[in-house]
Amino acid sequence: MKKKIGNQTIIFPSKPCVIGFYTVGGIKEGKGNLQEYLDFILEDDNFGEKTFEKAERKILEETMTKAIEKSKLKPEDIDMLVGGDLLNQIVASSFSAREFNTSFLGLYGACSTMAESIAVGACLIDGQFFKNVLCSTGSHFSSAERQYRFPLELGNQRPPCSQWTVTGAGSTVLSDKGSKIRVVSSTFGKVTDYGIKDVNNMGAAMAPAAMSSFVAHFEATNTKPSDYDLILTGDLGKLGSEIFIDLMENKNYKMGANYSDCGHMFFKNNQKTFQGASGSGCSAMVLNSYVFKQMQKGKFKRVLFGATGALLSTTSSQQGDSIPGICHVVEFEGGHE
Amino acid sequence: MLLMYVKVFLVGGFICMLGQILIIKTKMTSARILVSFVVAGAILEGLGLYEPLINFAAAGATVPITGFGRNLAKGVIDAIKEKSALGIFSGGLTATAAGVAASVIFAYIFALIFSSKSKNTK
Amino acid sequence: MDAVERNKQYNKYVEAKTPQTKNFPTLIYAYLVGGFICMIGQGIFDAIAAIFPTMGVDAINAWMLIILIFMASFLTGIGIYDKIGVFAGAGSIVPITGFSNSVTSPAIEFKKEGITFGLCAKMFTVAGPVIVNGLIVSFIVGIIYLFL
Repeated sequence: MKKKIGNQTIIFPSKPCVIGFYTVGGIKEGKGNLQEYLDFILEDDNFGEKTFEKAERKILEETMTKAIEKSKLKPEDIDMLVGGDLLNQIVASSFSAREFNTSFLGLYGACSTMAESIAVGACLIDGQFFKNVLCSTGSHFSSAERQYRFPLELGNQRPPCSQWTVTGAGSTVLSDKGSKIRVVSSTFGKVTDYGIKDVNNMGAAMAPAAMSSFVAHFEATNTKPSDYDLILTGDLGKLGSEIFIDLMENKNYKMGANYSDCGHMFFKNNQKTFQGASGSGCSAMVLNSYVFKQMQKGKFKRVLFGATGALLSTTSSQQGDSIPGICHVVEFEGGHE
Repeated sequence: MLLMYVKVFLVGGFICMLGQILIIKTKMTSARILVSFVVAGAILEGLGLYEPLINFAAAGATVPITGFGRNLAKGVIDAIKEKSALGIFSGGLTATAAGVAASVIFAYIFALIFSSKSKNTK
Repeated sequence: MDAVERNKQYNKYVEAKTPQTKNFPTLIYAYLVGGFICMIGQGIFDAIAAIFPTMGVDAINAWMLIILIFMASFLTGIGIYDKIGVFAGAGSIVPITGFSNSVTSPAIEFKKEGITFGLCAKMFTVAGPVIVNGLIVSFIVGIIYLFL
C-alpha cells in the first residue's frame, strides 16, 4: 500500500494507538489554563534537585515513568524511547533515557520535538519494527534562560514580542493496538527561513514553517481546515499565530474557530507572558493533557497537531544568521473510550 | 538642600529615561545600553561637558553609568598631567578601581551566599 | 518571487505587526526609578560628608558608589533587583547599580558550574563589554589630549 501521499506526507495504515500519556508542569504552568488537565504540578521548580538542568531531567523522567504506568505496561515492554529537548546536546533526554533499559533515539527539533517524536514513533510501529514506543519531550524556563538568554537575576526588560519558556514535560506511549486515539498521518517539515533575525520574535520566525507544513498536509490529504475538530500550532504565540493565519489566508486556506496555538492558549492574561508560552514542553503538555483527555471524552475526533521549532543556536544568532524554523504535523483520530 | 535633591532627581531620571528610549526604539539589552552610556560619559568628559553637569546635579550625574565613563576619561587625563604618556594606559582603571573592585568582591560574596531563584512562580 | 525579495517583504510585514514597548508608562517608570536611585546616592553622599567632614569630594564619591554597588549586589542576590528591572527598565540599568547587577547576576547564576569555571569565569559576561569599551574610549580621549 502506498504510504507516501505527498512530498513530505505519509499515512499510517495500521494507525498506531496512543495508549498512555502523562504531563508534569511547573508552578506558573499550574496556574495557567491547563491546570485542570495537567497530571502533576510541581511545588518547586527545582523538583528537589540542585540545578535546573537536573530538575529538567527529573521532570522528563517522571512523565516517562508515569506514562508507561498509565498505559498498563511495564518498562520492559517499551521497545524504543524517542525524544529530545532544548538543552545543549539534549542532555535532559539522554540522561533520562539512561534510567531505562531501552534503546534511545535522540532528536532535536527544538519546540517541534513532540510532533517529531510521535511521527517517528508512529513510523517505527506502522513499519512493524517495534510494538511499544515512548515519545517524550520537555523544557525548563530557568535552564533555557541561562543557556539561550540571560542570567535569571539580571534586571532586563522583556520586549513585548517575547514568549515564556515553560517548565514541564509530556510523554506519550504509542502501541500497535489498544486505544481509540490513533495516529493517522504525518507531514514532516522542511527547514523554512524567511529571514527573521530577532531572537525575541520567535513566533514570526516559525510561522512560515508552520504555513509550509500545514499547506503540504492539506494538499497531500486533500482536506481543508474545516474538516478538523481541532487544529493546533506549537508555540507561535499570539503574534505568531496571527501571522500564521495571514500566511495561510494568502495560500487560500481560511483558519477558523477550530484553530488554536498551544503557546497562546497556555497562560492566563494576568500571568504577564506577553506573547504566551514556548518551549518543547509547551506543545507536549497541551497535547498530553488537554487534547488527549478531550479526545478520550469524544470531544475531538479529528485533530491536527503541528508543533513548531526555531532551529537557532546562541552562536548562530550572534554571528548574524537569521532564525530557521520547522514544523512537523501529526494527524490524530479519536472517539469515545 | 531640597533644591539639590530636586536637581539630582531631574537630571538622574532624565539620563535614565534616555536609556529607556533606546530600549524602546532599538530593542537594546542591558549590555549594549551600559556600553553606550559609558562611552558617552567618557566622550563628554573629554569634551569638558560632563564637569558642569556634575556641578549642577551632583549624584544625578555621578550615579548613572555615564559617571563611570566620565571617571575613566578624567582618570586618564589626570594621570597624563601627573605621569605623562603612561597615563593613557594606567589612568582609567586607577580612577575607577574602587568601583570595579567593589563590583567583583561583592558579586563574589553574594554569589557564594545566594542561589538563583526561580522566576516561574506566578 | 525569489527568496531574498520574499524575505524582505515578510520582514517588513512582521515589523509593522510586532507590538512595541509602550512609551507610557515605561518612560515614566524609568525616569522615576532612575531619579530615585540617584537621590539615594545623594543621600549617601551627604551622610558621609556629614560624618567625615574632612574627607575629599572624590573619596566621598567613591564611597557612595561602593555603597550603591553593595546595595545593588545584595538586592540581586535576594532576587529583588530583577523584579525592579521588569517595570523600571533603564531606570535600573543605567545607574551604577545596573552595572553591579550585571556583574552579580551571572556570578550567582553560573555558580552551579563551579566556582572557578562558573562563578568567576562568567562574572563579566554582561559587563565585560562595558569595561572594554570604557577603557578604549578613555584611551582614545587620552591620546587626543596628549596631542592637543
